[in-house]
Amino acid sequence: MNFYGYKRPDGRVGIRNHVLILPASVCASDTTRIVANNVEGAVTFNNQLGCSQVASDQEFTMDVMAGYAANPNVYATVVISLGCENCQMDLVVDAIKKRTNKPLAQFIIQENGGTIKTVERATRAAKNFVQAASLLQKEEFPISELVVGTECGGSDPTSGLASNVLIGEMSDRVVDLGGTSILSETTELIGGEHILARRAKTLEVKARIFEIVHRYEKALQLVGEEVRDGNPSPGNKAGGLTTLEEKSLGCIHKAGHREISAVYDYAKEVTGKEGLVIMDTPGNDPSSVAGMVAGGAQIIVFSTGRGTPTGNPISPVIKITGNKITYGNMSDNIDIDASPLVYGTKTLEQMGDELMKEVQEVASGKVTKAESLGYTEMAIARVCNFV
Amino acid sequence: MTNAVIIDNKDTVAVAIEQLQKGTEAEIRTQDGSLKKVKLIDDVPIYHKFAIVEMKKGTPIVKYGEHIGIAACDIKPGNHVHEHNVESHRENLDNA
Repeated sequence: MNFYGYKRPDGRVGIRNHVLILPASVCASDTTRIVANNVEGAVTFNNQLGCSQVASDQEFTMDVMAGYAANPNVYATVVISLGCENCQMDLVVDAIKKRTNKPLAQFIIQENGGTIKTVERATRAAKNFVQAASLLQKEEFPISELVVGTECGGSDPTSGLASNVLIGEMSDRVVDLGGTSILSETTELIGGEHILARRAKTLEVKARIFEIVHRYEKALQLVGEEVRDGNPSPGNKAGGLTTLEEKSLGCIHKAGHREISAVYDYAKEVTGKEGLVIMDTPGNDPSSVAGMVAGGAQIIVFSTGRGTPTGNPISPVIKITGNKITYGNMSDNIDIDASPLVYGTKTLEQMGDELMKEVQEVASGKVTKAESLGYTEMAIARVCNFV
Repeated sequence: MTNAVIIDNKDTVAVAIEQLQKGTEAEIRTQDGSLKKVKLIDDVPIYHKFAIVEMKKGTPIVKYGEHIGIAACDIKPGNHVHEHNVESHRENLDNA
């Protein structure tokens, strides 16, 4: 099974051809918004962070920024910083260069004489990149070049009955074809971590699975809080999920049945072509998806029970629901109806074929509903408060 | 017509796949494809759980073949199972 994508100079394959206008901190975010608005084919996001952060908290931000620039869906990046922030321009550029050799431009607002002059120069650089990117032709590649991020949001009991099971089927097929599938959302492994641990490729991977779960719980307990205060959500419960364990046991179906070959910390670079892996991300969807995209996921497959329109600035998000009522209500936002799996009107193999075809088509350029409507939710995980 | 499913043979709850009325019978598709019937003694919203066996207070509730919580009070077959009669319980699964 092949798809048509863009070969990057660092060897990775992208399925979109964006020019990223990257804000090094909150103080550069409106400038990047204005530049991205000036240039067709340029994308950006609002970065609320990048300053007043302690080292471990800043590392999350740096890894997401470097990972976004390195993501193969990005042709080139224009980095804009204010000049005084913690995420200094040279640090950001170094972090990007450690991951990729793709084209870069950089503009520091304070050194360019303020925002209007910066906007002019960055717009020109972005325009030049976009024109160069448009010369690239797509080539044919095997599915093994894909890193698929999996996610669930607005879960309900149909997630564990149908939509996550379908994602698990897709995950197994991608793994069998030599690709990579990422299971995420560490808080939603609680109650199912032993099941995943049994599938660890090595004792080290097994230990890491328990480590990321306990580490997350302890981090909340250190500030006197409990995971269960925020997870499951009111919508999860109204839909019929009673406890976090019940939710997690449904969530882990996204990982299918294959062995787990690695566990990555948040937003770290995923090697690729390594089968099923886990990334330590929050249960919060935008920041979890951001972590996987920063890791290199070109495509996200996302189940929802209650219905959610969320997308991502650089990687297309395919939405699936197993809830027939939700599909009826929100089909404007949902790509695939998995409810036939609940009622036995289609087999898992049939729906697996449908989802793999969707993945292939989206990889080759088909626009998802979230993409078509311009939904680009983005958040970066935190370790602690600002300083 | 099937209006509920049991996910795993070890489960003590079934999942309604239609809105279910108190006093009617649930027709449940089991893991191996056979049919099981349970009389409902509560209304059960679509996709919510109901008990298929008796569970005394403190008994672990089983779904997906695993523990999802414990009975906060005595639960009878056909009872809606949700926040009002389930307590969360963090088990140590490190050696499970």
